[in-house]
Amino acid sequence: MPDARVNVPASVARGKPFEVRIIIRHPMETGYRTDESGKSIPRNVIRTFVCRYGGEPVFTARLSSGIAANPYLRFFVTAKESGQLTFEWTDDSGAKGSESAAVTVV
Amino acid sequence: MLRTLRAVAVLAVLAADPATAQQHTLPLGELRSGVEFVGASVRAMQADDLANPGFLWVESGEKLWNAPAGAQERSCASCHGDARTSMRGVATRYPRHDEAAGLLDLEARIGRCRVERQKAAPWARESDELLAITTFVAFQSRGLPLGVTIDGPARAAFERGRAFYEARHGQMNLACTQCHDGNWGKRLLNETISQGHGNAFPAYRLEWQGIGSLQRRIRACLFGIRAEMPPPGAPELTDVELYLAWRAQGLPLEAPGVRR
Repeated sequence: MPDARVNVPASVARGKPFEVRIIIRHPMETGYRTDESGKSIPRNVIRTFVCRYGGEPVFTARLSSGIAANPYLRFFVTAKESGQLTFEWTDDSGAKGSESAAVTVV
Repeated sequence: MLRTLRAVAVLAVLAADPATAQQHTLPLGELRSGVEFVGASVRAMQADDLANPGFLWVESGEKLWNAPAGAQERSCASCHGDARTSMRGVATRYPRHDEAAGLLDLEARIGRCRVERQKAAPWARESDELLAITTFVAFQSRGLPLGVTIDGPARAAFERGRAFYEARHGQMNLACTQCHDGNWGKRLLNETISQGHGNAFPAYRLEWQGIGSLQRRIRACLFGIRAEMPPPGAPELTDVELYLAWRAQGLPLEAPGVRR
């Protein structure tokens, strides 16, 4: 199963902002629900998300139990040099996910 | 243009069977996909393939399509090749009668292929894998009008499906037809009652926080009217799926749809 779907433009103009979109596969279990036997299902939501561009953090987010399953994030980054955008996230269970996308600056 | 094509396709289907055309409770011009009864934000979510969470399942389904499985290490692609051509239009013809197995919906068809041809361990109904591969196969027919066969050996199942649809069920003593033919467009608490078409399934439902099959949706409706729910994969549910598909004949397939 894929962890995430990322979308960045094929090429971006130097100095101009470009749109980054990511949808992460995650149950975002709130901790308020119970299973069929009435037992509480422990909270498991993505807590931190960071996007790095050429190694530098350019976007970070702190998520909480109010955010739906499979969170969708959309933000803008200014194009500097061609390089890698990397995305990393960690959830309550300690599981880490990552994804990356190449950016070509023209 | 698309609408014209759709209308022509439907007319062709109906012309082949004029007797059938008479029995539709909702004429073609009145058919409204469920997407027309949801809010603007849900519509936008379905329209944008990058925001539509259903595509997480389409993508994992594509991986499963190409993944070797079973005793002979064969994948779906080993026999069917490129799904974009070989599976185009297939989902619009399901549920469909099978000589050996009777009426099969798309999930059941894929499930049998996996067990009998691939000799692989079966996937349970509503399992992530079966939903993913079904969504992937259904997605190949997106935009094509539904067009199931209800004649010949499928006729009996169709009549059973129609009878189920028209019969009152459960503590609320309601039939599907009372809401979805008689009162669509009106309000049920905060919801607008849809016409009850299955053309978006497997669909991502916000209430489920995940993707689910048409059978799951039908079961949810039965739960809502406090009726007994046949187990997933039960023949009653497949019969109703056939009736629903015929009833929605001509509506374009939307899988993976997004619904509330």
